[in-house]
Amino acid sequence: MVENPGLLTTVQDLGRPGYGPLGVSPSGAADSVALRLGNLLVGNELGAAALEMTLVGGQYTFPEGAVIALAGADFGAELNGRPVEMWIAHPVLPGGTLELGLTRTGARCYLCIAGGIQVERFLGSASTHLLSGLGGFAGRGLRKGDVLQFGTAEQRIRRRRISPQVLETLKPRKSLRVTQGPQTDSFSEATARAFYEGAFRVSEDSDRLGLRLEGTSVAPKSTREMISEGVSLGAVQVTPSGQLIILFVEQQTAGGYPKITNVIGADLHSIGQLRPRDEITFARVSLDEARALWIAQEQLLNSGEELFA
Amino acid sequence: MEFRAASDQAVLVYLGEEIGLASHRRVCKLLRLLQEEPLAWVRNLQPAYCSLLVSFDPSQVDHREVETTLRRYEQRAGKMALPEPRTVEIPVCYGGEFGPDLDELAATHKLSALRVIELHSSRTYHAYFLGFAPGFAYLGDLAPEIATPRLATPRKKVAAGSVGIAGTQTAVYPFTTPGGWRLIGRTPLEMFRKDREPMGMIAMGDEVRFRAITREEFVAWPLR
Repeated sequence: MVENPGLLTTVQDLGRPGYGPLGVSPSGAADSVALRLGNLLVGNELGAAALEMTLVGGQYTFPEGAVIALAGADFGAELNGRPVEMWIAHPVLPGGTLELGLTRTGARCYLCIAGGIQVERFLGSASTHLLSGLGGFAGRGLRKGDVLQFGTAEQRIRRRRISPQVLETLKPRKSLRVTQGPQTDSFSEATARAFYEGAFRVSEDSDRLGLRLEGTSVAPKSTREMISEGVSLGAVQVTPSGQLIILFVEQQTAGGYPKITNVIGADLHSIGQLRPRDEITFARVSLDEARALWIAQEQLLNSGEELFA
Repeated sequence: MEFRAASDQAVLVYLGEEIGLASHRRVCKLLRLLQEEPLAWVRNLQPAYCSLLVSFDPSQVDHREVETTLRRYEQRAGKMALPEPRTVEIPVCYGGEFGPDLDELAATHKLSALRVIELHSSRTYHAYFLGFAPGFAYLGDLAPEIATPRLATPRKKVAAGSVGIAGTQTAVYPFTTPGGWRLIGRTPLEMFRKDREPMGMIAMGDEVRFRAITREEFVAWPLR
């Protein structure tokens, strides 16, 4: 039960890919790596639905008790008034209260509950799509008094930790690795150099749809209008005024701005942990390097027992 | 047919260089073949005017293999039959509070508001693709006399059902969202409902017509 939803808390799973022809973006957890590890800790399927809290945690009570794990950014959580560790499962007795404060590290903390959060699925996913008010819990962020159901889980709790080495390997990055984008050629070499040498600040005006960046102005060679086309997750698009926007999980599915570059798959979860005013840089890698990094990350995340300390 | 890497997990397939029915039909045919004979590594497909964004699982394939496979699909796609387009009629109450940009848009083109309504509602539009938000259909082509660029600063809130103009395109906002299109009216129809089949009022490839209705008709519309 939600006593206080913090700033923005939504139900998220791994999203609903495959509905591009309907104009529906995949949505899903902003930091899917944290969601998967959190679910692993409580014995769920890795894609089970959990609560995604943003910058400020909130307060939640468990009238019937539960087994929970916190993953992602550290929001200074307390269970019944005592600090609780991240990245390990905790039993919560009936009537227990979990309280989380302001973030101490990244932007998003996941509250995973054994059995997973149960909501009506929209196009196969429990993810909230805020823009259209579809999916998740009533298509919106949680409010005080909302009561969430979770599924039944096995009784045996294994209190195992995710290994520190694994967490170090998967730690969200501030230097985002990127590959070429479809309009990389629309930018001059000097502009590209300025882009890769420059540092950018994440604007306050950033959300699950996209992150606006402040800093070096990046303008395409020509201002000729482009024909709108499908845009990929993590695309760094440039508006005519030189504004950079990283398209994120709830992105619009098509757009007509040139994309200078695209964040690699292995670093998408890092975007989900960027806070307003964080400083970031971009580092170019080849498509083959990006693919190797993705395969290595997926192997690690699917390695089961080896993820534990 | 041209390929460009969109990301490490997506490729853009270009099937033309302009907004037009010929290149759009190629997009529709390739999309249809990919839907009828799905590839295990395809994660998402996003059609647009003359391109198709194919997102794939890089654990299974690399860009080279994706390109080779899609070329083979495209060779066969030409024979695909496309369904007869449905005709969808959208009732619209133009102007007033529902179309706050109508008068200014008319003035820009030195036309009367009535003439703008007439030009907008006398054409049959082609639904090129859905994007931006669930059920948002990009419709073209607008009469050149009323083609108008987007607002310089998008509105933070555009009401669901709003009918807008951007360049030579027109569209209906299915949900209350931010938006930069110039608003000329509103429909009482629910453009997207998750409890309806199909969920969207307009599907890719449909023929769409707008019909002017009065404020009274709008208010009394039964489907609301």
